[in-house]
Amino acid sequence: MQLTGAEILIRCLQEEGVEYVFGYPGGAVLNIYDELFKQTRVKHVLVRHEQGAVHAADGYSRSSLKTGVALVTSGPGVTNAVTGIATAYMDSIPMVVITGQVPTAAIGQDAFQECDTVGITRPCVKHNFLVKNVADIALTMKKAFYLATTGRPGPVLVDIPKDVSQALAEWSYPKTVSMRSYNPVTKGHAGQIKKAVQLLLEAKRPMVYSGGGVILNNASDVLTRLVRLLGFPCTNTLMGLGGFPATDPQFTGMLGMHGTYESNMAMQNCDVLFAVGSRFDDRVIGNPSHFFRADRKIIHVDIDPSSISKRVKVDVPIVGYVADVLAEMVKIVESSPVRPDPVALKAWWAEIKEWQRKDCLKYDRASKLIKPQMVVEKLYEVTQGDAFITSDVGQHQMWAAQYYKFNKPRRWINSGGLGTMGFGLPAAMGVQLVNPGATVACVTGEASIQMCIQELSTCKQYHLPIKIVNLNNRYMGMVRQWQEFFYGNRYAESYMDALPDFVKLAEAYGHVGLKVEKPGDIDGALREAFAQKERLVFLDFITDQTENVFPMVPGGKGLTEMILAEEL
Amino acid sequence: MRHILSILVENEAGALSRISGLFSARGYNIESLTVAPTEDPTMSRMTIVTSGSDDVIEQITKQLNKLVEVVKVVDLTEGNHIERELMLVKVRAAGKDRDEMKRLADIFRGNILDVTDKSYTIELTGTGSKLDAFLQAIEPGVILETVRTGASGIGRGERILRI
Repeated sequence: MQLTGAEILIRCLQEEGVEYVFGYPGGAVLNIYDELFKQTRVKHVLVRHEQGAVHAADGYSRSSLKTGVALVTSGPGVTNAVTGIATAYMDSIPMVVITGQVPTAAIGQDAFQECDTVGITRPCVKHNFLVKNVADIALTMKKAFYLATTGRPGPVLVDIPKDVSQALAEWSYPKTVSMRSYNPVTKGHAGQIKKAVQLLLEAKRPMVYSGGGVILNNASDVLTRLVRLLGFPCTNTLMGLGGFPATDPQFTGMLGMHGTYESNMAMQNCDVLFAVGSRFDDRVIGNPSHFFRADRKIIHVDIDPSSISKRVKVDVPIVGYVADVLAEMVKIVESSPVRPDPVALKAWWAEIKEWQRKDCLKYDRASKLIKPQMVVEKLYEVTQGDAFITSDVGQHQMWAAQYYKFNKPRRWINSGGLGTMGFGLPAAMGVQLVNPGATVACVTGEASIQMCIQELSTCKQYHLPIKIVNLNNRYMGMVRQWQEFFYGNRYAESYMDALPDFVKLAEAYGHVGLKVEKPGDIDGALREAFAQKERLVFLDFITDQTENVFPMVPGGKGLTEMILAEEL
Repeated sequence: MRHILSILVENEAGALSRISGLFSARGYNIESLTVAPTEDPTMSRMTIVTSGSDDVIEQITKQLNKLVEVVKVVDLTEGNHIERELMLVKVRAAGKDRDEMKRLADIFRGNILDVTDKSYTIELTGTGSKLDAFLQAIEPGVILETVRTGASGIGRGERILRI
């Protein structure tokens, strides 16, 4: 049966079980939109800016086991989407982005709305394709989904010129695909796994450090089992929160630049470090030469060989899917009579408890001004720790990560790698669509939220009852914090002047707005907002302008060279 | 240290820019790069001469392997290998210099490919340092033009790179 390229494309999406496409129409994708219009299986979500489409598809992927799909037009459609694509790439989020392109004959002619899409996106995708022949669409789409979801996941872009989506070809969808040049190592080396287990069992001061790879590979359960079996302390990276339950007594909190004192101290002072699905990022370990210790053995499990020994030399590298490797390790530990030395472990835990006594996340609870930390704590209580929390980038992101106790994976949705302001709201749209009925909150700040505020309109159109928790301190808080600490209080351009009235703004978009100015009103306002199950509520919390995120490891410093909150 | 990487890559549009883009994005250095299709026209073989510490070379190799179009990567300098580069050099050859230039080309086992009454175009093959030596042996003033291919390399004996 001969179909047009556009029809073939839509059928590919149907074959892949795609429920939603996030997009924005334009000249080069009109053939595709026409085919979308003619069917009902693949639903389209019309965003208000292409960046929002990609973030929404991203939130959709992060909060489910599905692959988000975005559809944008050529030229500015693509360039607007680039921030979203780069965001997904840095956090290894599976995603397929379909872009329209000018007709093949016009490529290279500086045509209207032409850009070199494959060239522009090349450094921020796992792979991309320009489909020049209609007969290649189906196989390319199959490859796109396969590449996006296997190995180390990531966004894959398919660029389709307008004449290709119009041309006719025979329709058939390949059941499987294999590529001779793409064979990621997915099964961990058995000998290395044994060696790793032995090292763990012999450890006197062990530490487990897990990252986003555990979430992406759905390895949280098996990680939790292993950590509990061994009785070891466990920390999560910003991307790894929810990988190990935050309320578990073995959890020491997040680590890194704004990690807990105890996690950072344990990372530095352990004798065996077990890194799982994490990559020793600069925000995680600080200065690598300070982090180095000759007497510490490091085991590193990751799907990406290039993540291993990139910033920190490791002793036992294991390349493979973390879920499978961890399952293998659980099996070995369970069948072994050997257990870690209980006396040593007890002494190590005593040391960690001593660090915990610093109470590094304390803040002034009696303040007359709203403390942002308190808003997040109350948010945790009101949502009973069971919400999907998206965030933007800055202080509010760190407070959400520090004070909301994530017990489940895929509940914490943030741009950790690229640090994209404007991510939170559109991401929340994808989260809400793939988790209908779930509680979804976007913790944001007055600077970040304005970067994609236009999506309030999309939320109205699709009845997405997201709760926006705006920690409004009238500053780009994290910039202000750095300027306070490292630039002599010279607050260059970090002040948010002429802010809109967010309550009225929310109302203008057809939503509910609430302004909260007193600490005593936090709880009531949150309860009132979350009781409105059908409405988007914009909560504008007027917070203490001078609050800083602690602990803090200044850039370039060692992980244990933390600035702690002053004694209260 | 100098390394010669041999890369088998899908013969597809964009593969070269993916590889060269990787080098510039990550701050790796390319001394030379050559590429042409292999006996299997769907695949190209690339030789990249680069330099860096062992850690950097390890990262380069891993990052190259991560590219979807890259089929195989081998560091030729890890074992015995042969390395050749081709140079075409056009030199002034007039009067009494003409014979001397011919003799020098013979010493370096070069071939004269093109002759005019004022110039020779000499073809020279060898390692990069041999080509350098030839250029140093002749007077700089007589060199009119040079073009070099960059190194190609292959493993010795049973060291074979194929899929």
